[in-house]
Amino acid sequence: MDYVIEMLNIRKEFPGIVANDNITVQLKKGEIHALLGENGAGKSTLMNVLFGLYQPEKGEIRVNGEKVEISNPNIANDLGIGMVHQHFMLVEPFTVTQNIILGNEPKTKTGKINIKKAEKEIQELSDRYGLSVDPSAKISDISVGMQQRVEILKTLYRGAEVLIFDEPTAVLTPQEITELIEIMRSLIKEGKSIILITHKLKEIMEVCDRCTVIRKGKGIGTVEVEETNVDELASLMVGREVSFKTDKKEATPTENVLKVKDLYVRDSRKVDLVKGLDLDIRAGEIVGIAGIDGNGQTELIEAITGLRKSHSGSIQLNNKDITNLSPRKVTESGVGHIPQDRHKYGLVLDYPIGENIVLQTYYQKPYSKATVLNYKEIYDKAEELIEEYDVRTPSAQTLARALSGGNQQKAIIGREVDRSPDLLIAAQPTRGLDVGAIEFIHKKLIEERDKGKAVLLVSFELDEIMDVSDRIAVMFDGKIVAYVKPEETNEQELGLLMAGSQLNKAGGSQ
Amino acid sequence: MTSNNKFLSLLIPVISVILGLIAGAIIMLFSGYNPIDGYLALWRGAFGDAFTIGETIRRITPLILTGLAVAFAFRTGLFNIGAEGQVIVGWLAAVWVGLAVDAPMIIHLPLAVLAGGIAGGIWGFVPGLLKAKIGVHEVIVTIMMNYIALFITNEIIRSVLTDHATKTDRIPETASLSSEWLQTLTFYSRLHYGILIALFAAAVMWFLIQRTTIGYELKAVGFNQHASKYAGMNVSKNIILSMVIAGGFAGLAGAMEGLGTYGNISVMSGFTNLGFDGIAVALLGANNAFGVVLAAILFGVLKEGAGEMPTGAGVPTELVDIIIALIIFFVASSYIIRWVILRFKKEGK
Repeated sequence: MDYVIEMLNIRKEFPGIVANDNITVQLKKGEIHALLGENGAGKSTLMNVLFGLYQPEKGEIRVNGEKVEISNPNIANDLGIGMVHQHFMLVEPFTVTQNIILGNEPKTKTGKINIKKAEKEIQELSDRYGLSVDPSAKISDISVGMQQRVEILKTLYRGAEVLIFDEPTAVLTPQEITELIEIMRSLIKEGKSIILITHKLKEIMEVCDRCTVIRKGKGIGTVEVEETNVDELASLMVGREVSFKTDKKEATPTENVLKVKDLYVRDSRKVDLVKGLDLDIRAGEIVGIAGIDGNGQTELIEAITGLRKSHSGSIQLNNKDITNLSPRKVTESGVGHIPQDRHKYGLVLDYPIGENIVLQTYYQKPYSKATVLNYKEIYDKAEELIEEYDVRTPSAQTLARALSGGNQQKAIIGREVDRSPDLLIAAQPTRGLDVGAIEFIHKKLIEERDKGKAVLLVSFELDEIMDVSDRIAVMFDGKIVAYVKPEETNEQELGLLMAGSQLNKAGGSQ
Repeated sequence: MTSNNKFLSLLIPVISVILGLIAGAIIMLFSGYNPIDGYLALWRGAFGDAFTIGETIRRITPLILTGLAVAFAFRTGLFNIGAEGQVIVGWLAAVWVGLAVDAPMIIHLPLAVLAGGIAGGIWGFVPGLLKAKIGVHEVIVTIMMNYIALFITNEIIRSVLTDHATKTDRIPETASLSSEWLQTLTFYSRLHYGILIALFAAAVMWFLIQRTTIGYELKAVGFNQHASKYAGMNVSKNIILSMVIAGGFAGLAGAMEGLGTYGNISVMSGFTNLGFDGIAVALLGANNAFGVVLAAILFGVLKEGAGEMPTGAGVPTELVDIIIALIIFFVASSYIIRWVILRFKKEGK
């Protein structure tokens, strides 16, 4: 059998932990090979070993059957290994061409950069693989999906034969995902080979030929995708049975909790990003906001929680006006907020996890009295929530920074839910988390709903929106353009609505 | 893991000091001086008799306070390079109140000390406000505020407090920190009660930072402004408050000089360096109140002892400055020391 890349029995240790323990991945020529594992399972470490950023303690790497030492990324490039990073490495004010040739510029005889030649080459590459990228467009002017194609072009321009995609669909809309899958197929047709790092099982089933599963740093094995199914892959990855369909009863919404009327919110450049938005959420229901990133979701949440001033319109909570109150006043009136960016907003990473638990309540009794903190009360509470929300941490004194993403998120959710807010806002609550943690978080959101709280869920994952919400509000261009019931719609329809198309059939309007 | 880190953060300054002393010894050797004689003279200069001990403590006092001024700001994510200017205005304000007010000691002395602290606080307020409201970096503003403090103070001494003299009158006894008892005890050194104020200030900093909601907010804002805002804290208020408290510590250091050591204020041709030494003290003390006290003691001892080195061992004072600089150098490169320690540990496994 012909393998383009073989990583045999790779072991990589860091002080105190074994990140990769005896993992073997063999990539056949012309296949799409998935690398599946939970967060922190060691996928990235393994790929960084292949890309020359880390040296393995044991094991060997073979390219086209020959043993190689990859001691830095340049060698990986020379061997035809290219990486499409999850976070794009692009210079925004530069054009596509300038970004692609960066560090590898073709020169004319006089030493000037030969942009013309480069543009022509890039146009050819783009046409050949059906990428439809305009080589002279500026990065800041093109969409996220297009930027990703520039990353792909970058590796191709450098002569990559093997492309590593690191969670490529995390930032894309459903339509863009379909297009990306087409691109991957055309790459394969042209003889390239692909490693796809992911924890999304559906994608693996759709495009991959084989799949190697890693669990807690150990290689669990490689399976043929045709011979497996989603449930088997999930249990291989997590090590136990996982339920996908979130169990929930029919919602029984009662009185109105959140009432947003004709809201306008501007960003720092004074551009309206929320444009006359109306939104109602009742106690005992989960309303999911579906929409493509950048259509005002972030600004809407910031306006409700007091982090950003709204320009006009009103926000009412339990029939009391909370428009433009300070974040503290909003919190005190009964809003819990699981922020989209848990590192930037959700946690003070350099505080122990215990002190993060009281981030909004430290000034209240019993956590402090006459400004003097009561650490015993603080840590008692922290221990209680750590236990209840299954936050895996060596102790409550451990810095929040040291916890894995899933455990950080569980701590935030514990903190927000424990205050028992009437309105719980969850922005991308499961972003970057593995199926085990996602299952837990969805369960908690539904529990809150069943306790009679109102839940506002914002997510770019349609699966999540469809699964958890009782009502879906589709947001486009700063407005809610449609309300749909999850059981009466599908991803295609939502995708179209999110892209601004009008719904033709009746019954979907507000 | 955390106890291990704490041990390391104690060990590293100690190693840095030892390396600095060794490097100093090597330099003395190469310059033709006997390092043992040199260090013995240093020791005598700092602890030789009651008088030198008194002078050493006197020298440590303002260093503790300026060290706190830098360390406090740093713990809340700010760089207070302005301790120098805050010392000068604190000194001026304390002496001014000492001269202008006529009151019994129980009112006069606390009032004069407080005036020093408040003046320093105001000098910290300006960069704090500019940082909080329009995002001007505090390093730039505090440096400029140092010069403003120096020249304004000189002008006030010449034109307001005196009639074109180079120094003010002595403050009356009712505003003085000096004590006959302490002076007699230390053979008429300039030792004064300020050391108690400095140690108390260190305890205040520890309590404020570690035990109160004020410290909790200040540190949170220093670590992550976004999360602090999300949690409902007033970010601007905390930035300003931090600079005011930091400035207050440095202002107290000035009051110690004005009310204790000198009893007056003179026109200065340049900076006192107390504020700049405070940066080194804070760094060496790992920005921790207790560490700052220890670091200030080390600095005070080295600086005071240095006076004896030229006469006692023929070693120039400049060399002592070089040794201090080397110690700071090794502390600043503590990353290297940490790396070496971890490296040895790993190989030991």
